[in-house]
Amino acid sequence: MNILGIIEEIDKADPEFQDRISPRRDAIKNITSFGSKVAIASLPFVFSTLFKKAYGQTAPSATVLATLNFALKLELLEAAFYNAGVASTSIQAGLSATEKSYISQISAHENAHVKFLQSVLSTNAISASSQGANGNYDFTGGFNTTTNTVTGTGPFTDVLTNPLTFLKVACAFEDTGVRAYKGAAPSLIGQQVYLTAALDIHSVEARHASAIRQLLFGRGASIKPWITGANDTGVPQVAANYAGEDNLVQGGVTVTNLPAVSGSTSTTAGQEAFDEPLDSTTVAGLVAIFGVR
Amino acid sequence: MKTETQNNPLDVNMARRSFLRYAGAGVAGVGLLTAASCHKDKIVTNTGIDIGSGDFGILNFAYALEQLEAAFYVQVIASPYSGITVNEQSRLTDIRDHEVCHREFFKAALATNAIVGLTPDFSSINFSDRTSVLNAAKAFEDTGVTAYNGSGYLIQSSAYLGLAGKIVSVEARHASYIRDLISPGSFADSTVLDANAMDQPKTIAQVLPIANGFLKTKVSASNYGYVAS
Repeated sequence: MNILGIIEEIDKADPEFQDRISPRRDAIKNITSFGSKVAIASLPFVFSTLFKKAYGQTAPSATVLATLNFALKLELLEAAFYNAGVASTSIQAGLSATEKSYISQISAHENAHVKFLQSVLSTNAISASSQGANGNYDFTGGFNTTTNTVTGTGPFTDVLTNPLTFLKVACAFEDTGVRAYKGAAPSLIGQQVYLTAALDIHSVEARHASAIRQLLFGRGASIKPWITGANDTGVPQVAANYAGEDNLVQGGVTVTNLPAVSGSTSTTAGQEAFDEPLDSTTVAGLVAIFGVR
Repeated sequence: MKTETQNNPLDVNMARRSFLRYAGAGVAGVGLLTAASCHKDKIVTNTGIDIGSGDFGILNFAYALEQLEAAFYVQVIASPYSGITVNEQSRLTDIRDHEVCHREFFKAALATNAIVGLTPDFSSINFSDRTSVLNAAKAFEDTGVTAYNGSGYLIQSSAYLGLAGKIVSVEARHASYIRDLISPGSFADSTVLDANAMDQPKTIAQVLPIANGFLKTKVSASNYGYVAS
């Protein structure tokens, strides 16, 4: 057993390891001092205790729980949406083989995200039946938020019969999901495990958004894998989902003043190069019409 | 076991590292360790540019990667691969402009704290060949995503974390597009995602050796456990 080799390896993988096991490094000093005195056989137990202290599970804070539960709500919506698309014979009949394969992959991912968040939240997870009307969503965007009922009379009436409408709603869901995770990330600052998990889902939602946009482009829409300007989807009902995506000032820097390959950065490139966050209150307002509560 | 030769007493992190080495020497004295523990010889002659520490260190890490990506796509558009379609050229030009914008943004944001401009080495890429170019692009984009995801937790300022978040999702959009160009439907396949359908983060120490494979100017991160050799 090469304990110092192990420390060095951990130190490479986790630069804060030494601070983690002891902010003042007393523990490490102790190891050195007893290195020559303590029976070698006892060292693994000392390390075991240190590891528990360093990585032991501590109860997540209320902020972390709220953030993860909000993410779970969005994932439940997305998973239910894609499951409905996979189950709809008219949607399946209207999608090409490539499109079907994209949708089925994304569906599997969203269901995996639900399971992951449920397992992380454990008994703190909100229940699927707390959403929509007993777990039933209104994918037309017609959910009555006063009576909590599905009306099926929202702006996307043919969402589960017309593949193009289905893809347009999928696009809005994915792009909004990216914005939501991005908006939530700063509330997880300093929480290595939870923040990294949220970032790892965030980038997958962005991969999805790009893929769905590629499918819409393939169907003739004037749309790119990245967001140009604000609402570039051609779907006026989702304008609020894209509000602010045309931002050109990043961290106090006006990006159109930055040099480009020739001249300065174009407005289009400056808008596309940065995705924009949305706070959870705004996102909640956007997805309430589908039954997220 | 060699002792630290680059020890700067004013550098706390360096001091910490050399302390561990001292601890190693002490314990080795009681015969606990085998010779294998000496395989991490940190005496190096060409460690290149170091990203530093703290938030500026992480931003410099990102700046290094964006420099590499920007230089790559500038070359891709300057000498398009044979058979490039009009649409591919248009999208790859977009990506070039995004990466150049990211590079210039970090340069401006870091100002006097920025590392120097890096010299790339793309000798392993055949820019006239579509497969070679797109596979390199895929590697750059996927690595960028895992790099931002893996280093996000090290950022202490929520403003900087937010900015990194604004960029990483654009990198993920690029990765998805490039992957589908290579093989439709591979936008988020099992080679990048884990069983929970999540991207798999990489540490700085895992990312920089990959980046250095494409750099003449090597980049080190001595505060994050990686020194180029």
